[in-house]
Amino acid sequence: MNALNEQEVDGGAVKPALPFFLFGKFKEVGFGDKLFRGITGFFAFLILVLALMTFLALWVNSGPCFKAIGWKFLISSEWDPIQQKFGAVPFVYGTLVSSFLALLIATPLGLGISLFLTELAPLNLRTPVAFIVDILAAIPSVVYGLWGMFVLAPIMQAYVDPVMVKVIGGPFFVTTSIGLSFFTAGVILSIMILPTIIVISREVFEAVPNVYRESAKALGATDWETIQLSVLKPSKPGVVGAVMLGLGRALGETMAVTMVIGNMAQVTPNLLAPGHSMASVIANEFTEATGDVYLAALSEIGLLLMVITLVLNIAAHLLVWFTTRNYGRA
Amino acid sequence: MKNFKKTILAGVAGVVMMGASMAHAVDLNGAGSTFDNPIFQKWFHEYYTANSTQVNYQSIGSGGGIQQWLAKTVDFGATDAFLTDDETQKAGGPALNLPVVLGAVCVSYNIPGIDSGLKLTPKVLVDIYMGKILNWNDTAIVELNPDLTLPNLVINVVRRSDGSGTTNIFTSYLSKVSTAWATSAGWGKSVNFPVGVGGKGNEGVAGIIRQYPGSIGYVELAYAVQNKMAFAALKNKAGKFVEPSVDATTAAAEGAMHKIPSDFKIMITNAAGEDAYPICGFSWVVVRVNQDDPVKGKKLVDLLNWMLDTGNGEASTLYYAPLPDALVAKVKDAVATIKF
Repeated sequence: MNALNEQEVDGGAVKPALPFFLFGKFKEVGFGDKLFRGITGFFAFLILVLALMTFLALWVNSGPCFKAIGWKFLISSEWDPIQQKFGAVPFVYGTLVSSFLALLIATPLGLGISLFLTELAPLNLRTPVAFIVDILAAIPSVVYGLWGMFVLAPIMQAYVDPVMVKVIGGPFFVTTSIGLSFFTAGVILSIMILPTIIVISREVFEAVPNVYRESAKALGATDWETIQLSVLKPSKPGVVGAVMLGLGRALGETMAVTMVIGNMAQVTPNLLAPGHSMASVIANEFTEATGDVYLAALSEIGLLLMVITLVLNIAAHLLVWFTTRNYGRA
Repeated sequence: MKNFKKTILAGVAGVVMMGASMAHAVDLNGAGSTFDNPIFQKWFHEYYTANSTQVNYQSIGSGGGIQQWLAKTVDFGATDAFLTDDETQKAGGPALNLPVVLGAVCVSYNIPGIDSGLKLTPKVLVDIYMGKILNWNDTAIVELNPDLTLPNLVINVVRRSDGSGTTNIFTSYLSKVSTAWATSAGWGKSVNFPVGVGGKGNEGVAGIIRQYPGSIGYVELAYAVQNKMAFAALKNKAGKFVEPSVDATTAAAEGAMHKIPSDFKIMITNAAGEDAYPICGFSWVVVRVNQDDPVKGKKLVDLLNWMLDTGNGEASTLYYAPLPDALVAKVKDAVATIKF
């Protein structure tokens, strides 16, 4: 289908044939255009305001905790509401560990699936599989959580965890698990972010002009070489974007993680031990939290989650920028 | 077609008017404890049928209930932990903590082949929750239960991950029976448990217990009974093993009567009394002594008196324990001090 579109190929960078009015400043004709531009611009501006307001609200609400605990909040791993000791480390650790585990599992799996769907699968298989992927994305997270607690966790305990202990072992997989752990949380998150990664990377792969593939084939490339040279390489920024969106979902996921991670605030390299996450602790403790510092500490966890998400996103953009900087002229 | 349109319009107008009239009929607003919610819904429905006073209760959690009540957006708060001094000060005037609901927390377990009859002492329970006793065939447990064949099975400690009145009552008990617990984890709605995994809500804890053989955890009595969970008998202060029940809970409140102060701020865990079940506690309604609105104030007092008379008599249908008569009289005296 892409071959039919007229697209310019400029030294390897894809420049899609967009309609003229999406390029730069378009010619404004009359009042209607100006009004439309003003309204849509205002809507876009609201997004910025919303993000800023959320940040400010969290900042203000975290005030009592800043005052009482200060920077120690970021390095302490003690969470004891009775003694008014609050430290974010176990939650940050749990969120990062479970999210990165999810990425580790879901990235190769998701890219593999979408490559298969765009490059290799017979046409009459693509639609049904894509449909099922969409359904996967529509399942509410509490359902994933219930399934994780009642089906996945016992399976992990009985079959997967012992194998991991035997094969990898070491500090990362030490026995004594009941199936509620960082690892199970990572697995369930990987299933949850899989549709995000598949859907977006599939669109990215589909956007690669067929000319690329045909050129590679004409030079005698195999299927794998074609994919490597003419699909994966130009898709890099898009793929990183897909993975980052997946990571974003994993970082903020609350219900499903709460139900399988075990909710124990601790920092341990053992992935089979129960842990906690930032979103979980807020969801768990906010309703019954009494006392200014306690409430503020939960707000500060929220603030921290927002900052971490932001930092990771910026890092990903920088990564894309660095790796593709010289790419267009290669 | 025209008629059809008219019918629809009339219907919509009807719904809107109903909504408006219902909104108008709300006379009292309350918010707070989720522990109280089942009985409050039953009570307030009955109260509306009998007195056409509409009470709107939102079970947003005790902490939230207190916040709303302090902000004066609701007429009463309901909480599983009485007001702290700090909160009382913020109330802007004298406030009452009125015990209206009495409940028990039971220790539930999943040991294959043992459906009932497990006995535990406070010390063994604390040691399990401190991670000192790790296996069901530990001699300390076996000695207490000579009739049971306890398997060689690792104990999986389960607790609430969310802040809850249930945890408040449970840890208050552990703190009273063990100074080691009191000085380490302590007592509150969320505490820093040394071992175990957390489940969200009674259903979360129950789910984990049911799923994993070897588990032990604490859930509300009503929840355990309705879901037919196995629970342990605990050795009370009098040295008798008592299973959790509505009667044993009321007995605990009776046993604690002589200790209940005039402001009702007390945790009655580990109460005296031959038949008292040791892990139980009140849930309080918090109200201001000086009511701004005389109409609302009157309605509130009427409601509280109804809860203590008629309501209290029906508590056991939902596995809450009725307050002992002597306590009801004391609470009613406190209600009588409300000015409007």
